[in-house]
Amino acid sequence: MKKRCLIIDDDATARLIIKKLCNNTIEVAEEFSNAIDAIKFLNTSEEVDVIFLDIHMPTFSGFDFIQTLKNPPQIVLTTSDKNFALDAFEYDCVVDYLVKPITKERFEKALNKLEKTTKNTITQTAPASENSGNDLYVNIDRRLVKINIPDIYAIEAKGDYIKIKTETKNHIVHSTLKKIEEKLPKHLFLKVHRSYIINTQKIVDIEDNSVLIKQDIIPVSRANKSELMKRLNLL
Amino acid sequence: MIQPNLTYIQKLANGDKDFEQQLLAVIQKEFPTEKTLYFNLLKEKKYNELAELIHKIKHKFTILGLEKETILASNFEKDIKEQNFNLQEKFETILNTISDFLTTI
Repeated sequence: MKKRCLIIDDDATARLIIKKLCNNTIEVAEEFSNAIDAIKFLNTSEEVDVIFLDIHMPTFSGFDFIQTLKNPPQIVLTTSDKNFALDAFEYDCVVDYLVKPITKERFEKALNKLEKTTKNTITQTAPASENSGNDLYVNIDRRLVKINIPDIYAIEAKGDYIKIKTETKNHIVHSTLKKIEEKLPKHLFLKVHRSYIINTQKIVDIEDNSVLIKQDIIPVSRANKSELMKRLNLL
Repeated sequence: MIQPNLTYIQKLANGDKDFEQQLLAVIQKEFPTEKTLYFNLLKEKKYNELAELIHKIKHKFTILGLEKETILASNFEKDIKEQNFNLQEKFETILNTISDFLTTI
């Protein structure tokens, strides 16, 4: 089945070009010259699989738009500036970043990436109390991938997804912090912020309102700080 | 010398003359309006809006194969926010060249 897409760009020529490039490969469900109209459409219509989204739009930018989406589809950013590339990949839903003028060859590359990237979901397993092992299985690209729990150093909430950070690799999984918290041993892991769970054994150092784990500086909320301090073997 | 061309459009169209005409029609319709708006915003000293507009116009430079001019437009887009007008004359020359080009196609 063909993927359905939206095109959001304030420039009519850009919309026309993307529509042409989609050709018969992707169905263009609708196109919008501003993000607000696209939000209204998404609130009332069927889901789409992909959004081709211009970053630089007056009033409401592409990044503003992404932040309004509860369950974002795959997003391909389009822009005349290369400067936003780093910001773009802060969002897990962003699959590719196309610099205008978009060529056919580059667009086809983006389509391939869209095909390869599928949403990952966490697999419901037994609660931690029944789970005697050190493993957590997550569903990634339709495969159950084993993660060695002690290797996890942090988990970050990202909208409807979580990023499980391990010594060797990061895994993006469709789940919530609450769900994964139930699967993790309480003596190792602690929720230090509404968006972060950390493995307390991996802490390098602690500052006022943050901890350093590996190379990540993770915020610690005031409410969780006392529990964190209790866990430490303080001199 | 500033020389707009249809290389990108023709490559993209890949023989689809309807698409080629459709895209050129949009450019021919939008560009004069954007050019007028540019001079109005400049007169009204609305520099942030002007930067947004230059950003939008810049995409048409890329479509018309004007690579160096796109870089100049990017720099002018930044400069104008700081009320630096060093590139204004060059930018306006590009606008005029494109206007002339669009009447020939």
